[in-house]
Amino acid sequence: MTFFFEVLIGGLLSGVMYSLVALGFVLIYKASGVFNFAQGALVFMAALTFVGLTEMGLGFAMALAVTLVVMIAGALLTERLVLRKLVNQPQITLFMATIGLTFFIEGLTQLVWGSQPRGLDLGIPDQPIEWVLDRAGIVVSQFELFAAGVAAVMVAALALFFQKTRIGRGLRAVADDHQAAQSIGIPLHLIWAYVWAAAGFVALVAGLLWGARNGVQFALTFTALKALPVLILGGFESVPGAIIGGLIIGAVEKLAEVYVGPMVGGGIEGWVAYVIALLFLLVRPEGLFGEKHIDRV
Amino acid sequence: MSTAAAPAAPILSVNNIEVIYDHVILVLKGVSLEVAEGRIVALLGANGAGKSTTLKAISNLLAAERGDVTKGTIEFKGRRVDKLTPNQLVRMGVCQVMEGRHCFQHLTVEENLLTGAFTRRISRAELRADLERVYHYFPRLKQRRTSQSGYTSGGEQQMTAIGRALMAKPTTILLDEPSMGLAPQIVEEIFGIVRDLNAKERVSFLLAEQNTMIALRYANYGYILENGRVVMDGDAGELANNEDVKEFYLGLSTAGRKSFRDVKHYRRRKRWLA
Repeated sequence: MTFFFEVLIGGLLSGVMYSLVALGFVLIYKASGVFNFAQGALVFMAALTFVGLTEMGLGFAMALAVTLVVMIAGALLTERLVLRKLVNQPQITLFMATIGLTFFIEGLTQLVWGSQPRGLDLGIPDQPIEWVLDRAGIVVSQFELFAAGVAAVMVAALALFFQKTRIGRGLRAVADDHQAAQSIGIPLHLIWAYVWAAAGFVALVAGLLWGARNGVQFALTFTALKALPVLILGGFESVPGAIIGGLIIGAVEKLAEVYVGPMVGGGIEGWVAYVIALLFLLVRPEGLFGEKHIDRV
Repeated sequence: MSTAAAPAAPILSVNNIEVIYDHVILVLKGVSLEVAEGRIVALLGANGAGKSTTLKAISNLLAAERGDVTKGTIEFKGRRVDKLTPNQLVRMGVCQVMEGRHCFQHLTVEENLLTGAFTRRISRAELRADLERVYHYFPRLKQRRTSQSGYTSGGEQQMTAIGRALMAKPTTILLDEPSMGLAPQIVEEIFGIVRDLNAKERVSFLLAEQNTMIALRYANYGYILENGRVVMDGDAGELANNEDVKEFYLGLSTAGRKSFRDVKHYRRRKRWLA
């Protein structure tokens, strides 16, 4: 039983890491209805830029600040140079644009910082917390608990921002109806700039945590694909959905690997999440917390 | 009541504008109209006459539909506004309530109203007071304030849309087809509120309507659009009694009610061409 809980907690905590990436998708999808394929590239860019800066001798805080500035500037440029030109185009056009953006960001980042994998140390060891190990005999990684804490704080902050602030309400208004939002004077460009900047920030946090766990390398861009089942499960528009979806996917992945894996020869951790997502699409396509399409008849 | 007195200075004037969609489709072929301060002006005409396009040209929402004002000028309070963004225009006091209501469906009624105040950076207390002011005119919205507006009735959505525009504190509201899809009783209620707002808050209205009868009852002045041109204008009372208007838009004539088939036949022979 102890073993079961250990696997479950490990799964939940690694699920939080997926949620962090999913959050970036949710932000942009909520405000502009665009599935931003480039979110994974942004995570990669943030992590590599941070590591590159520390290698140049910048301190932790300084590197963090500069990376944040770079991410936000990148986001604003993307809005200005790409999205603004494509306003009112079909969604597939915007989606294709973000795919193009993905390769551009990946290429540019590696051009600047080089492509060899690097390590990233946040100073939080990936070791079991002894206190918990002594009392309950369960291994809980210090690092993963820290990551979960960071995710929780971000989600709470975002939820407050969406519900209670003027910009947050404007953002949800734009998500619902571009034209109506314009008719009452909400400037779309401003809202999009905010959203992309926020997505850049989320990518930075995700990039640092993922980079610290798995090393900063090109494979980081694939974290975006890991976020997909999380989004399908939780709903594309929902911040809490991204979290719950992440927790479920994380837990199921680990449990399936440990308990079902041996029966089929192992190695199912990599794809079981997608099977769950597929099943979910059949039953509840808007996800657990996604917005139902309201149709008046 | 005489409304024929000399018109007050126009707060909004549209001078001979031409609108082209997608660089090829000519929709407005030289429309001119004026809205005097504190008046309700009706813009009448059939489907596709150019009513909504005129309103969107004024509020600068055309760009989103690939439309473009290619000729003419639009002035608000004596200043040219045809190159401004919708945001700047709302700040100046012109707000449009779009055809088909366009509420933010996933936001609650109250959140919808709050978004209307987006362009005004005001304190929470002021925001509260303005909400109460809107609820005073639309008591029904207060009851439904926590409902998702997508699940409220058509009449309530129209009220939400007008209330949302009011939160921007406009001096002029462009109201597009408020009667669309609503029960006659609700339509009367909404027009009554429009008149109230006009009288008590001194909001000027430019009102696009297909329902000629009711629009002329509440408006001071009217313009009739056909095929992208103004074919007639005058005080609301005069228009309502004009024989051609009666025949074309109210389905009445000196010979009593005509059958629909005859009206069509008659219209084919006699058309207004300005």
